[in-house]
Amino acid sequence: MSALLQVRGLSHNYGQRIGCQDVSFDLHPGELLCIVGESGSGKSTLLKTAAAQLTASSGSVRYHQRDGAWLDLDELSEADRRRLAREEWGFVTQNPRDGLRLNVSAGANVAERLMALGMRNYGQLREIARGWLERVEIDPSRIDDPPTAFSGGMQQRLQIARTLVTQPRLVFMDEPTAGLDVSVQARILDLLRRLVNELGLAAVMVTHDLAVARLLAARTMVMQGGRVVETGLTDQILDDPQHPYTQLLVSSVLTT
Amino acid sequence: MTASTSAPSTSAMLQLRGLGKSFELHHQHGARLDVLDEVELTLHAGECVVLSGPSGVGKSSLLRVIYANYRPSRGVVRVRHDGDWLDLAEATPHQVLEVRRRTLGYVSQFLRVIPRVPALDIVAEPLLETGLSTQEARQRAGTLLHRLNVPERLWLLPPGTFSGGEQQRVNIARGLIVSRPLLLLDEPTASLDADNRVVVAELLEEARAAGSAVLGIFHDEDMRDRVATRLFPMRPFQIT
Amino acid sequence: MTSNYNFAFLDENTKRMLRRALLKAVAIPGYQVPFGSREMPLPYGWGTGGIQLTAALLGPDDVLKVIDQGADDTTNAVNIRRFFARVAGVATTERTIEASVIQTRHRIPETPLREDQILVFQVPEPEPLRTLEPREAETRTLHALADYGLMHVKLYEDIAQYGHIATSYDYPVLVDGRFLTSPSPIPKFDNPKLDHSPALMLFGAGREKRLYAIPPYTRVESLAFEDHPFEIQRWEHQCELCGADESYLDEVVVDDLGSRMFVCSDTDYCGQRRAEQAA
Repeated sequence: MSALLQVRGLSHNYGQRIGCQDVSFDLHPGELLCIVGESGSGKSTLLKTAAAQLTASSGSVRYHQRDGAWLDLDELSEADRRRLAREEWGFVTQNPRDGLRLNVSAGANVAERLMALGMRNYGQLREIARGWLERVEIDPSRIDDPPTAFSGGMQQRLQIARTLVTQPRLVFMDEPTAGLDVSVQARILDLLRRLVNELGLAAVMVTHDLAVARLLAARTMVMQGGRVVETGLTDQILDDPQHPYTQLLVSSVLTT
Repeated sequence: MTASTSAPSTSAMLQLRGLGKSFELHHQHGARLDVLDEVELTLHAGECVVLSGPSGVGKSSLLRVIYANYRPSRGVVRVRHDGDWLDLAEATPHQVLEVRRRTLGYVSQFLRVIPRVPALDIVAEPLLETGLSTQEARQRAGTLLHRLNVPERLWLLPPGTFSGGEQQRVNIARGLIVSRPLLLLDEPTASLDADNRVVVAELLEEARAAGSAVLGIFHDEDMRDRVATRLFPMRPFQIT
Repeated sequence: MTSNYNFAFLDENTKRMLRRALLKAVAIPGYQVPFGSREMPLPYGWGTGGIQLTAALLGPDDVLKVIDQGADDTTNAVNIRRFFARVAGVATTERTIEASVIQTRHRIPETPLREDQILVFQVPEPEPLRTLEPREAETRTLHALADYGLMHVKLYEDIAQYGHIATSYDYPVLVDGRFLTSPSPIPKFDNPKLDHSPALMLFGAGREKRLYAIPPYTRVESLAFEDHPFEIQRWEHQCELCGADESYLDEVVVDDLGSRMFVCSDTDYCGQRRAEQAA
């Protein structure tokens, strides 16, 4: 099986400060990879650098396009980067307000990416938007409500619908369930789990919650101080952690 | 435990050679916990080998090492996958996932409950991963749950609130729904009544008859006598 | 003509800068060209952009017409016409067919324009994406990449809220299949007149320091959805003065009792029709 995303020796520095350092991994089609680690460990920096939202200080990211060609992300023009972000990728932010357009309706939020791809039939756009609202368990009758009238959990589900509506092949998610109530979180995790399976999505998800990794990801990378200290199957990492930092992380989880 | 020096027979499904496992606990003053050493075992198609020995001897750990849930410290875990031998100790995560998807099954003692997912879907999920349609996967899951006497009214509920025995039967169904050539069972019948144990024993016999190799832990002697074709005694780790 | 000022108020170097920018604008239809907007002797929002363009265009032989909402006799139009009569000494007119340069606020004359005429629009906000995307750097990138899905978000919202595209003025257009462009706050009734117009159309935004152009005979397409095509306003009324039923009408309150009448917004057009009818 051939990889979808190839990351090699990737680093991003904030001036003198290290964001992420010398990270390598492969992501295969249909696979969900979790990046875990505490705040400041470089998870989000790695995610944004891999998604070409931040410029790599060194190293490379290669992406296997839908048409079969390999793209080197640092050679990508801004136009190509945006096309990729629009047509083949998705990005789900931790705070849904960063990923949504708050001054337009839920329906417009879902339909925006379709319109960006050139869909110009209003009736069809409505129908697809309604279908997606239903899919993320938002009452389709609220299609014309602004996202500001939604709860935090609903906003996050709306962002997920808005991102997945164009059926991307690769989705980057930055702590999509952080800051939500546990029950709301369970609903979103279940939703993500289902959609990832149904759509055959590949995804890279940043989380500090090991239970989230256990539930969603076949593979996990553990980061500390900008570096990957351990990587492997999620159940290996959680049940047989090797690195001192991973052992500390695993042993720090509260069990009920 | 004697090392087999002969070439693997065509029916051999699993070979353990010089297998050892130690845990290094970095936050317990670097304590080292040795659980397995020099394990040698060959498992053939159609066999059901039951691990025996006192508790704490490392039976569960051995199954977890074979399943690549624990990473072996020494030795090899050769699995026959798609007709070729693959050493799981050296395999890439993607290879291990592929082996788990099609070749190597594992039924633990406890069901790992997934919030909000109904029992029927938990059982059907491994079938979906093989590419079966949702409808057919659910139908087969229902048939298996029915056979394991899980009442139909529970099928569409998430198993979080089920009794221990009900959860265990859902777990067995999930573990056995895809027929895999190699099955690892860690006390899957501990919480089951006699009737349901019989059902599980039948399921295992059917799997063996279809050519699967089974390696398991069964504390209940009746169950062990009923399913085992051979015992594999384990001794405590030798402290040198 | 007042001799204390340079011809047409602006100094020659400023006019040269403006003409260079205008040439670039004509070369790239719909593209917003930055220019060094000068302080003019009237406030922003009163047509400072349009006046600078007109000043750069005028020669001694030009005939200038100025309209505001279609009318030649409103304050803004009268002021600007007088201004140029004083500082350039050019002839002025209220007749569309006589003018060589027409400066306009919010309308395109009903009388068809010719190849030897130039229409200068006063533009308050040159950026059609601004209400949806406040960042200038981002809107420029969107133009550079012709990434205009966002504009349809606005039209989508219109239909979702009102059942039809409710945007009735400053209705966004795509110029020459390339640049998304604001036609300035003309009623969408006038949008079809932009398409393949024989006259050169120039747009100036003084406060925003941008100018742009729609050259003669350029394709100008009003955005829409397949199932909600572009439509112009229609009236059940006719002009109560000239009887026109194909012109843009203003609704005017005529007494303290709230009586109303509908009349042509284009005063010259209406006047010519009445003159013809009287003759």
